[in-house]
Amino acid sequence: MKARDLGELAVRNLREAILRNSLTTLGVAVGVASLVAMLSLGVGLQELASKRLANSGLFDTVLVTSRRNLRDFGRPPAKNSTAAEQLRALDDDARHEMERLPNVVEVYPQIRFPTEVRYAGNLYQTVVAGIPPSARGNGAFDGVQGAFFSSPGADEAIVQIEFAKELSEQTSTLIGKELVVRYVERQPLPSPTASADPGKTGNATQTSTPNSGDAQAGGFSIVPREKILHIVGIIETEPAAGFGGFGNGRLFIPLDVASALRAAQVNDLREAVRTSTGKPTYASLTVRATKPSQVGAIEASIKSMGFATFSLLDATKNLRLFFTIFDLLLGIFGSLALAVATLGIINTLVMAILERRREIGILKALGAADRDVKQLFFVEAGVMGSLGGVFGVGMGWLIGRGVTWGTNLYLQRQSLPPAHVFSVPWWLVLGAIAFAIIVSLSAGLYPATRAARLDPVEALRYE
Amino acid sequence: MAPENGFAVRAEGVSRHYTMGSALIRAVEDVTLGARTGEFLALLGSSGSGKSTLLNLMAGLDRPTSGTIFAQGRNLSEMNAVELARYRSRTVGMVFQSFNLLPRMTLEENVELPLRLAEVDRAERAKRVQGALEHVRLEKRLAHRPSELSGGEQQRAALARALVNRPAILFADEPTGNLDTATGEAILLLLQEIQRTLGMTIVMVTHERPLAERFAGRIVTLADGRLVSDGAKS
Repeated sequence: MKARDLGELAVRNLREAILRNSLTTLGVAVGVASLVAMLSLGVGLQELASKRLANSGLFDTVLVTSRRNLRDFGRPPAKNSTAAEQLRALDDDARHEMERLPNVVEVYPQIRFPTEVRYAGNLYQTVVAGIPPSARGNGAFDGVQGAFFSSPGADEAIVQIEFAKELSEQTSTLIGKELVVRYVERQPLPSPTASADPGKTGNATQTSTPNSGDAQAGGFSIVPREKILHIVGIIETEPAAGFGGFGNGRLFIPLDVASALRAAQVNDLREAVRTSTGKPTYASLTVRATKPSQVGAIEASIKSMGFATFSLLDATKNLRLFFTIFDLLLGIFGSLALAVATLGIINTLVMAILERRREIGILKALGAADRDVKQLFFVEAGVMGSLGGVFGVGMGWLIGRGVTWGTNLYLQRQSLPPAHVFSVPWWLVLGAIAFAIIVSLSAGLYPATRAARLDPVEALRYE
Repeated sequence: MAPENGFAVRAEGVSRHYTMGSALIRAVEDVTLGARTGEFLALLGSSGSGKSTLLNLMAGLDRPTSGTIFAQGRNLSEMNAVELARYRSRTVGMVFQSFNLLPRMTLEENVELPLRLAEVDRAERAKRVQGALEHVRLEKRLAHRPSELSGGEQQRAALARALVNRPAILFADEPTGNLDTATGEAILLLLQEIQRTLGMTIVMVTHERPLAERFAGRIVTLADGRLVSDGAKS
């Protein structure tokens, strides 16, 4: 029989027992909806976690440090390491070289320094962290109360909530207020050979450091400074931006402002005792990749440049493994309903064989081959599977919308930002429909074979 | 393959046995019988004589336990299931005592069914269905369902369905069994007309000797699965 005729006869047969076949199709739809809902939840959570983790900078960043940091203070050089590797300084040349690497979004230094904050006549100890402009769009400051920095060079600050509570009981009143940051600024000193009069250094502490641009200089002095900053926002959570990124910071200021302050940092003293290349160096640089999958190649390139690197590349692999297993388990649970629906299809078609026994005999007497009868039942199962698959995907999508709505309602009540915990990608839509059809055809296999094997003489005798 | 020798269908030493519980039923036992092309042959016998079983064997609905059946020069025993289905579809038409129309379909759809199975083009189908229904004078009942027709009309519709594929042989199993005498006679007149006008071979099973004698060209009598007489009308 031709495919169109098979289809017409199958649809006609299904319409004749519309209630029973509709219920069977509904069973398939519920099964598919369950599967789609479960997998969509898994995919949605995976996307949410991936997005949040990507935004956190944990997986798309490489922390770069100089190898000299690890080999100083009388420790022997590493085997097989070249002198160049050991001597390569993490300076602006290296930074620009890294910026030119393929798939690198940005390279910025880690600037964090201890400060004393004066607010409303009181003094508070805290740590300031410089924030790159890219933090605005990567979600790290999504939950900020108030606003992000108005410009990269604005004298503005965002206060972490715990520190804000120290400043004021009514944290929201802090926005728009000013605070004063007291810090120590590095100031270069002239080379001892160039300056015969040590008295010119005044009351500053003299060291020999290349870190602040005091190259080939006689060291740097540290001078107490103050900076007035406007509070523009309060962040509830501690924004992360990669390991050692903004972590432990309680007061966030634009990176450019932090750089301009030339504040003395923890590693300055260590750098001060080391032989200098004559250029300003960084304690560490953060290199951001376009996506986590590029991290490995970037890391390799930076290592070949002679620097030490660190990333959480392996952690992303573990995350994928976790979600693969998670999705598999959700898929198995979701498939249970579809398995029950499969039994429904088998039951419906077996009942149809009993009811249509005589009809099968007539078809065979009129010239239908076993194959025709088998195909007819197959198509009927396939139609139920297709319709069930389409309706099931729709139902699954609605369930997802409901779950997202309920979740966001709950998050809103908890004063948390909304989240998309549900995702129905195209591959899932098409895959679920295809799976429903395959399952239905498998369910129709036994009834179809049984129908095809009916003896026409026996079938014609059946009343 | 065997020579046709003028036979549209021929059974040679055909037996059909089957078991029912522990008992062996010999429904047909060593029957040799042929229907010549264009002949109207009646298989006469009482209930359980094996006439319907023999008809089913010759129509390709069943396979003999032993013996061979030739139809249009081909040995049905050598045909596989697909070939046998094609034989039923293209060479044979069947009419049953209980009409066996599909109740959910209209007359038009019922008559069209063999054409769908034979994969006849759609454009051709409509013409053939119309022609077949005109032949049995039901062309105005195309859209009716079998339940909306009388018994005689249903049997005429079944006849149209059997004829629509232009078979060489028409097998009729007690075609008047569910009809009153007058309607039964009308059906047999129609069969006779078809046999004469189309030159079709008709093999009809009946237990009503008067009807067989009146309409069939040749009567074969079976009893207990065996052929007991084969000859012209008495």
